[in-house]
Amino acid sequence: MADTKTVAPKEGPATQFWNWLTETQVWTSVFRHERPNTDRNRVLVMLSNIFLHLHPVRIRKSGVKLRYTWCMGGLSFFLFLSLTLTGLLLMFYYRPTLEYAYTDIVGLREHVPLGIMREMHRWGAHAMVITVWLHMFRVFMTGSYKPPREFNWSVGVIMLVLTLLLSFTGYLLPWDQLAIWAITVGSNMARATPFLGHEGPGAQLLRLGDVPLIHAADDARFALLGGTFVGEGALLRFYVLHCVGLPLGIAVLMAVHFWRVRKDGGISGPM
Amino acid sequence: MGFIKGIFNAVADPRLFFLLAVGALLVAVWKREAVASNTVGYGMLALLGVFFAFGTFDPNFRLIVTKPDNVPIVGLIFLLLFFVWYSIREGVLNDRRIAAGNGPIEKAESDRVWVWPDLVYTELISLILCSVVLIVWSILLKAPLEQPANPANTPNPSKAPWYFLGLQEMLVYFDPWLAGVVLPGLIIVGLICIPYIDKNPKGNGYYTFTERKAEITIFLFGFAVLWASLIVLGTFLRGPNWNFFGPFEFWDIHKLAALTNVNLSEYVWVRALRTSYPSMWIVRELPGIILVLFYVLALPVILAKGLFKRYFEKLGAPRYYVTAFLFLMMMSLPIKMLARWIFNLKYIVAIPEIFFNI
Repeated sequence: MADTKTVAPKEGPATQFWNWLTETQVWTSVFRHERPNTDRNRVLVMLSNIFLHLHPVRIRKSGVKLRYTWCMGGLSFFLFLSLTLTGLLLMFYYRPTLEYAYTDIVGLREHVPLGIMREMHRWGAHAMVITVWLHMFRVFMTGSYKPPREFNWSVGVIMLVLTLLLSFTGYLLPWDQLAIWAITVGSNMARATPFLGHEGPGAQLLRLGDVPLIHAADDARFALLGGTFVGEGALLRFYVLHCVGLPLGIAVLMAVHFWRVRKDGGISGPM
Repeated sequence: MGFIKGIFNAVADPRLFFLLAVGALLVAVWKREAVASNTVGYGMLALLGVFFAFGTFDPNFRLIVTKPDNVPIVGLIFLLLFFVWYSIREGVLNDRRIAAGNGPIEKAESDRVWVWPDLVYTELISLILCSVVLIVWSILLKAPLEQPANPANTPNPSKAPWYFLGLQEMLVYFDPWLAGVVLPGLIIVGLICIPYIDKNPKGNGYYTFTERKAEITIFLFGFAVLWASLIVLGTFLRGPNWNFFGPFEFWDIHKLAALTNVNLSEYVWVRALRTSYPSMWIVRELPGIILVLFYVLALPVILAKGLFKRYFEKLGAPRYYVTAFLFLMMMSLPIKMLARWIFNLKYIVAIPEIFFNI
């Protein structure tokens, strides 16, 4: 292993300060070991820090190369964290009602000098869709879905769907023309769901005498929109799904995904 | 200049555009030894860059490419081409190593390194670079905000979010129940099935092409040609009334496209048999129903005895039939496209009585 250079200088007041600092009760209560510049401490840093504990202690050389991983999985996760943070800030100023939704976005744009939270959230969301696709593409091209990682690929596919749904539900929230018509086009598909959409094949067969069981006010599209058109019900439903439901779901699956990467033998490589 | 733009407008026609995408994939796969060179890869990206630079001088091109939500898709085009090329290149380089008896490069790199510092620092640097890119992008480009929502005023064209535009493009060829529900559902199911139907033990954990020819070619066809190139088509080349517009063409809302499509039943009863339609829809649509049943049920069996015999033996019956079904479902899109372009075919089975059109 290559030796890492020590961070603190050898002599002088900085060293003295550093030595003092790392021996204080506060410092030693947080960091239970010395700086990770020996093999022992490189192990300890991974085992004693909950965030770093996502990682193994050691990893295949190919696994740290951009050539192999493209870093797309890591970037997807980082973009998700960044979207959570910017989304949280946006939630302070945004009210999901017909009365306020649009004006709150206008307020964000007009009243916040140099504000870029909405931009970071929107471009980050587009970027995350792209990084997720490229991550899956890399996983496919390296055959990393093959045994023993089949199940983790399946979890990943569900996370892809959740990523797209997160982006889709967020698309409605600005409540401008772009938003409602994109969601109208997208959600119109639901009324063609076989049997469950009122314009879907087979829906007409589901009837009791003259009473249709599937109609515009109770079909799959109605469940999605909370109404027969993209209105107040859809806005609230999409808001709740966007801010709470889908992020919770994808967070749980992320935990499974990362856990399984470790359990299935770490980052993939030839046997 | 107008002549060059005219050529690009003509080439961008959905038919040529799609055929060129298929052709590009076949060349990339077949001539991969040549495609793997840096000259081809970076040259291709440079040419594309020149095209976009050239295009921005044209007002129509600039208008559609610089729409804020379309900017990520311009990025996607470059990223996707790069990574498709790059993964083929890595595969070719590994194939050469394997042929020389050295094993893939990942094998040589399978000894372990410390996560601290080797990985955590890479992650930190990636994180910082990603943040910088995101912040600069956010400062330079404002997020779009149009007029307040107005249910009474439908924009033309009305487009779904960009990542669903491939599905919206499918609406040209299929009804919503297929293009919007069944086929997207099958994409998800198919993706989940991949690890369970792919029994090839080779190519696990390293780039290769030779060891996984069919898998990679089919995946690239589905991902790069069907999914990604239709998104590009739907985003940049579809204008008012979902009509086709070349990249340098003005989005004229009055552009007319002749709708001369006919159903299979008309071909059979009216044009071939020179008679009127049977009154019962089940009889009227019988030729189409037989054709669809043949495609879904009989064709996999026939292929198992003929063209795909090798796969049938390798995969076993359950895996083979799932694979064949998913593959035929994927191929239904290009088949329907070709049928539309060559025969003006609208529906193979058309039963508007129960919203059942294929």
